[in-house]
Amino acid sequence: MDTIDQIAMKRGNTEENGGAPVIAVEGLHKSFGSQKVLNGISLAVSRSETLAVLGRSGTGKSVLLRLTIGLEKPDSGSVCIHGQDITGLSLDQMGEVRKKMGFLFQHAALYDSLTIGQNVAFPLQHHRRDMSKSEQDDRVKQLLAEVGLEGHLEKMPSEISGGMQKRVGLARALALQPDILLLDEPTAGLDPISSGEIDDLVLKLQEEHHMASIVVTHDLRSAKTVADRLALLNEGNVVIEGSFEELQKSDIEFVKEFLQHS
Amino acid sequence: MTPAASDSNGLITEFLEWFGDLGTFLWRVVRAAVTPPFEFKELFRQLDEVGSMSLPLVALAGGATGVVLSLEARYSLTRFGAKSLLPAAIVFSVIHETGPIITGLVVSGRVGAGIGAELASMKVTEQIDAIEASAVNPYRLLAATRILACILMLPLLTLAADACGLVMGWVAQALVEPLSLHQFINSGFKGADFNDFLPPTFKTAVRPPVQWSCRRCS
Repeated sequence: MDTIDQIAMKRGNTEENGGAPVIAVEGLHKSFGSQKVLNGISLAVSRSETLAVLGRSGTGKSVLLRLTIGLEKPDSGSVCIHGQDITGLSLDQMGEVRKKMGFLFQHAALYDSLTIGQNVAFPLQHHRRDMSKSEQDDRVKQLLAEVGLEGHLEKMPSEISGGMQKRVGLARALALQPDILLLDEPTAGLDPISSGEIDDLVLKLQEEHHMASIVVTHDLRSAKTVADRLALLNEGNVVIEGSFEELQKSDIEFVKEFLQHS
Repeated sequence: MTPAASDSNGLITEFLEWFGDLGTFLWRVVRAAVTPPFEFKELFRQLDEVGSMSLPLVALAGGATGVVLSLEARYSLTRFGAKSLLPAAIVFSVIHETGPIITGLVVSGRVGAGIGAELASMKVTEQIDAIEASAVNPYRLLAATRILACILMLPLLTLAADACGLVMGWVAQALVEPLSLHQFINSGFKGADFNDFLPPTFKTAVRPPVQWSCRRCS
């Protein structure tokens, strides 16, 4: 099992193995006013690897994800994407980095004035102007078929269920064939069957696209299904990082309590 | 430091922060508006939303203003034996001030409130974050297009309000005392030149950035 002291060694092993981290978060600190949310987080994710970030509500899991894609700026520390530190980049410079990243928001964040098809086409219309309209339409149909929603092109987001909205959000996140996929509580608010379907979908997409992924969740079952490694956060720090079996063997009180209640 | 001085310092600091926020926002919008890629599709959509959709209301408000001006001005001018100046009074009132003001108020109420509600809803549901995460500049897509649409449409809507105000002013006048539209226009525009017409019409184009900035920072 990995304690905080062993995380740096593991990251070094990752780099020695030639699997240079695609996402490398180093010493991140973030506060909102007097509320300290992240207290020196360090994590690394390689290609084709999925890291699940677990923790209690309010421990900064979603903030970590937002820092990774640059929607928030850290107070200190660095976020490196493909070796480039993104913390000092401008909005337009970040745009170039974000073209390689897909983000699934907790409530899907679909554009409610656009149809499902237009939602998925949105990144293509803005960044793949080299594609003709029919090529973009074909790509949208392909993406929706991948998430099991072919035939729902003309529906509005308000006309579909929460689980279907998450699928559309996933399809949109994959539109530009990203190297990195960030998922914020993908199964939040879903029934167990829908959660299982989303987990299976994430697993299938990971196997097909070989992305570096970070999944933020408090659903341990979901994390076990989709993740290669799990990192447990508490009070702004990574308490432990490793496989589920390693977490189970941990003597750390917080880890035992978290697993017991999950 | 006394409590009163401390409160004043706090207010001054707040004001300066608001002003700095305003400046930063305007800079980002202007920069996004003039650097490619341009969002022409969204701009045209907003031109339709701001212009075409506001036209009926603006025309109605302008027409009503023209009728009221005609009825009320007639009474005052007749008392002073200047009834013949009624067409000119209506024309100059409408094109100088009432047309632009009515247009600004109507569009501000309709479009401004709508834009504010739309963007607030998008913020709460993380749609703006989703736009940013999709590597699209939200200042360019959302703010610049809407401000530009308002700047382009407001002078045109003002023209529409002026036209409706003048036509309805003539109708109100003609119902009381027969007067052809041709005579009304000739009499009304006698002595008018472009300086009476262009500045009041184009000053409406200045309103959108000011309104937007206040809304952004509130």
